[in-house]
Amino acid sequence: MNKIIAKENFSEKVVRFEVEAPLIAKSRKAGHFVIVRVGKKGERVPYTIAAANPQAGTITLVIQRVGRSSEKICQLEVGDYITDMVGPLGKATHIENFGTVVCAGGGVGVAPMLPIIEAMKKAGNRVISVLAARTKELIILEEQVAKYSDEVIIMTDDGSYGEKGLITQGVEKVIQREKVDLCVTIGPAIMMKFVAQLTKKYEVPTLASLNTIMVDGTGMCGACRVTVGGKTKFVCIDGPEFDAHQVDFDEMLMRLKAYN
Amino acid sequence: MSEYLQAERAQEWREIQRKSMKNKDRTAIPRVKMPEVDPEVRSHTYDEVNLGLTEALALEESRRCLDCVDPTCITGCPVEINIPKFIKNIERGDYPEAARTLKETSALPAVCGRVCPQERQCESQCFYTLKLKKEPVAIGHLERFAADYERNSGQISIPATAAANGIKIAVVGSGPAGLAFAGDMVKLGYDVTVFEALHELGGVLRYGIPEFRLPNEIVDIEIDGLSKMGVKFETNCIVGKTISQEDLKEEGFSGIFVGSGAGLPNFMNIPGENLIGIMSCNEYLTRVNLMQAADPESDTPVYKGKRVAVIGGGNTAMDAVRTARRLGAEKAMIVYRRSEEEMPARVEEIKHAKEEGIDFFTLHNPIRYEGDERGRVQRMLLQRMQLGEPDQSGRRRPIAVEGDTLWLEVDEVIVSVGVSPNPLIPQTFSGMEITAWGTIVVNNNTMQTADEMIFAGGDIVRGGATVILAMGDGRKAAKSMHAHLTHPL
Ligand SMILES: Cc1cc2nc3c(=O)[nH]c(=O)nc-3n(C[C@H](O)[C@H](O)[C@H](O)COP(=O)(O)OP(=O)(O)OC[C@H]3O[C@@H](n4cnc5c(N)ncnc54)[C@H](O)[C@@H]3O)c2cc1C
Ligand SMILES: Cc1cc2nc3c(=O)[nH]c(=O)nc-3n(C[C@H](O)[C@H](O)[C@H](O)COP(=O)(O)OP(=O)(O)OC[C@H]3O[C@@H](n4cnc5c(N)ncnc54)[C@H](O)[C@@H]3O)c2cc1C
Ligand code: SF4
Ligand code: SF4
Ligand code: FES
Repeated sequence: MNKIIAKENFSEKVVRFEVEAPLIAKSRKAGHFVIVRVGKKGERVPYTIAAANPQAGTITLVIQRVGRSSEKICQLEVGDYITDMVGPLGKATHIENFGTVVCAGGGVGVAPMLPIIEAMKKAGNRVISVLAARTKELIILEEQVAKYSDEVIIMTDDGSYGEKGLITQGVEKVIQREKVDLCVTIGPAIMMKFVAQLTKKYEVPTLASLNTIMVDGTGMCGACRVTVGGKTKFVCIDGPEFDAHQVDFDEMLMRLKAYN
Repeated sequence: MSEYLQAERAQEWREIQRKSMKNKDRTAIPRVKMPEVDPEVRSHTYDEVNLGLTEALALEESRRCLDCVDPTCITGCPVEINIPKFIKNIERGDYPEAARTLKETSALPAVCGRVCPQERQCESQCFYTLKLKKEPVAIGHLERFAADYERNSGQISIPATAAANGIKIAVVGSGPAGLAFAGDMVKLGYDVTVFEALHELGGVLRYGIPEFRLPNEIVDIEIDGLSKMGVKFETNCIVGKTISQEDLKEEGFSGIFVGSGAGLPNFMNIPGENLIGIMSCNEYLTRVNLMQAADPESDTPVYKGKRVAVIGGGNTAMDAVRTARRLGAEKAMIVYRRSEEEMPARVEEIKHAKEEGIDFFTLHNPIRYEGDERGRVQRMLLQRMQLGEPDQSGRRRPIAVEGDTLWLEVDEVIVSVGVSPNPLIPQTFSGMEITAWGTIVVNNNTMQTADEMIFAGGDIVRGGATVILAMGDGRKAAKSMHAHLTHPL
């Protein structure tokens, strides 16, 4: 049982929670995620740890309402408990001074990107963050991202904020302008697929954080499997980050639709 | 035979019991049949298939046992249960004492009576099997009877524990290995905490073996008994992730037992295996057993295929195929590359599966899958096989019959071709020796690893075995860890 300490609505669809989880707060690193379950009949669903406060013993989750399970969590209020929470899971992001890093986050993907942006900046990288969403209201965490970024580029589909256009256009602009050593992308699978296609063209090494369907999150079931470089990998233990140029995104997109 | 067993056998009540009936009359009694739910009824429910022996049936069966001078049956039991002693206690009507006899050596008799492969263990070494060429005494059924009797009587004896010694011991994993270890250590007075990665306790007993073979209630009662004895349980805690080896040391744990099991599912790596509707047996059984996906109230979804193929011939495969049947499969099939004779599953499970209308495609092996435009599996290509020379495992090796293939229509495939050791502990702990297969190396007599404070047992050491072996390992490890902590070398 993990108590909810704070709740903030970023938008109608996106909620930020601060949850009591002292052991996880202490041991987690950028890139790690947790599996949560709400209610005795609840499903086990994965969420990235967007931030942690080891002193207070809390972690932050940013959750987008997309279906039954995320809706259930988003309905919880301060003082309520999350029935089960386990983590930190997955491999931590490999952080070092690469040089210039472009962090391309789409929609709610900006939340899991935030700890990576922070860690990359602290490792001495020049960090350029490209945030994208359909419309202005869906751009989240801009201020926090700006704090650890040398530059923030905002792209919206409808042009209501920042520049009008897709995330790929924002990334391409940077690549054409200066030498980029690494690109990290987190967001909807379809978006990551196109970012990967773009950076492959320019031969910029790229990491994508994959959000496959999971059950246990500890390597026990294989529900999360993806094909990377022709080999089957389990996202929960081999990932969630992989070389984006090797990921079979079409297969992943197909598998995400398994239950609808 | 050991002096202890001889002394036990020489007790007056045993002699009286032996003389109460002529051996000729004993051996003339036919073996009991376990009462079962009708196959047509049970293939639509989750209720336990075996109903358990009635008192009359148990008494009848107990008379068959000859209380042999040399009870070879005991050598077939990995934990050496004093089989004639418990059976003769049933014969004289002292069921609680029969249950106590079981508990002298077994930590989970109600579980083992249900899931042990008896035909390959105790019952294979029974005098009836070896010498009389008759059906063995139904040791497993009697074991279940005694354990269930005790549980249903509501008077479960909570074993006495030694005075608390304040020494903290950590257990990784709550499967049969970890539970058996925890039980013995708490009895010796240790302060035992079991850490479990999942949100429920029991390991494979919970998420793997289905309700119709091993009701959850039985696992709950065993765990409840351990809690009452003082064992602490921490669910949702992954050792190596949530807390590290160093954290355990810092928190003052003086010994660690690793019973983390063989949780990693194997796939065959054939074309199309990642299509929707193809999954590991672990995923399928976890969704249904741990997450209760068949319950309409449950948020966890599960595929309910109409034509389901399960690949493999082990207990896991039988559990999956029988589950598929219960979830509404019109055609539920076992696809196995060898013949039925080589199947590792318990004979009883194969029999039950057949009664429930499961089709067996033996000597067939899938070589590719094809799906529809949405990526859902539609059909599988099967390679016909034949048996060649025996391989290292002693079983005849399956070889492909060149050019002999056929397509089979399926809408769900469950891959059950074995598991590998859970890599979490081997990857995150230092100081232990790990084999190329990912199992932990231990001293077979003590279950101690290369790190003298860490002991291990069950599937993480054996790479996939049985409940009783895992439990036996846990008990052995408890004994030697206690010796090590009291008399370090
Ligand atoms: C490692 C990892 C980290 C994640 N981090 C975050 C995060 O920080 N914030 C956040 O909002 N979401 C995150 N997700 C995605 C989140 O887990 C899913 O959105 C959620 O499980 C959907 O459940 P639902 O019942 O609400 O939606 P459903 O009604 O089940 O499904 C809605 C849609 O999401 C897809 N989906 C279903 N289950 C999953 C799943 N487990 N993962 C991905 N897609 C799924 C479905 O195909 C469907 O299109 C992460 C996923 C992974 C694997
Ligand atoms: C479907 C199925 C049917 C079977 N049927 C039979 C049968 O009929 N008869 C029989 O004798 N055997 C059967 N077996 C085999 C038997 O269940 C296993 O041999 C036995 O359970 C092994 O016990 P264990 O304690 O070693 O591990 P497990 O039962 O696998 O338990 C290990 C536990 O450790 C937890 N864990 C792993 N890593 C960590 C970590 N780092 N931190 C915390 N917790 C962790 C896991 O979540 C799990 O709960 C079957 C197995 C399966 C899968
Ligand atoms: S524990 Fe298993 S092997 Fe031993 S006597 Fe009981 S059923 Fe037989
Ligand atoms: S070998 Fe068979 S008959 Fe003899 S004591 Fe054991 S169970 Fe009884
Ligand atoms: S979620 Fe089960 S193996 Fe990855």
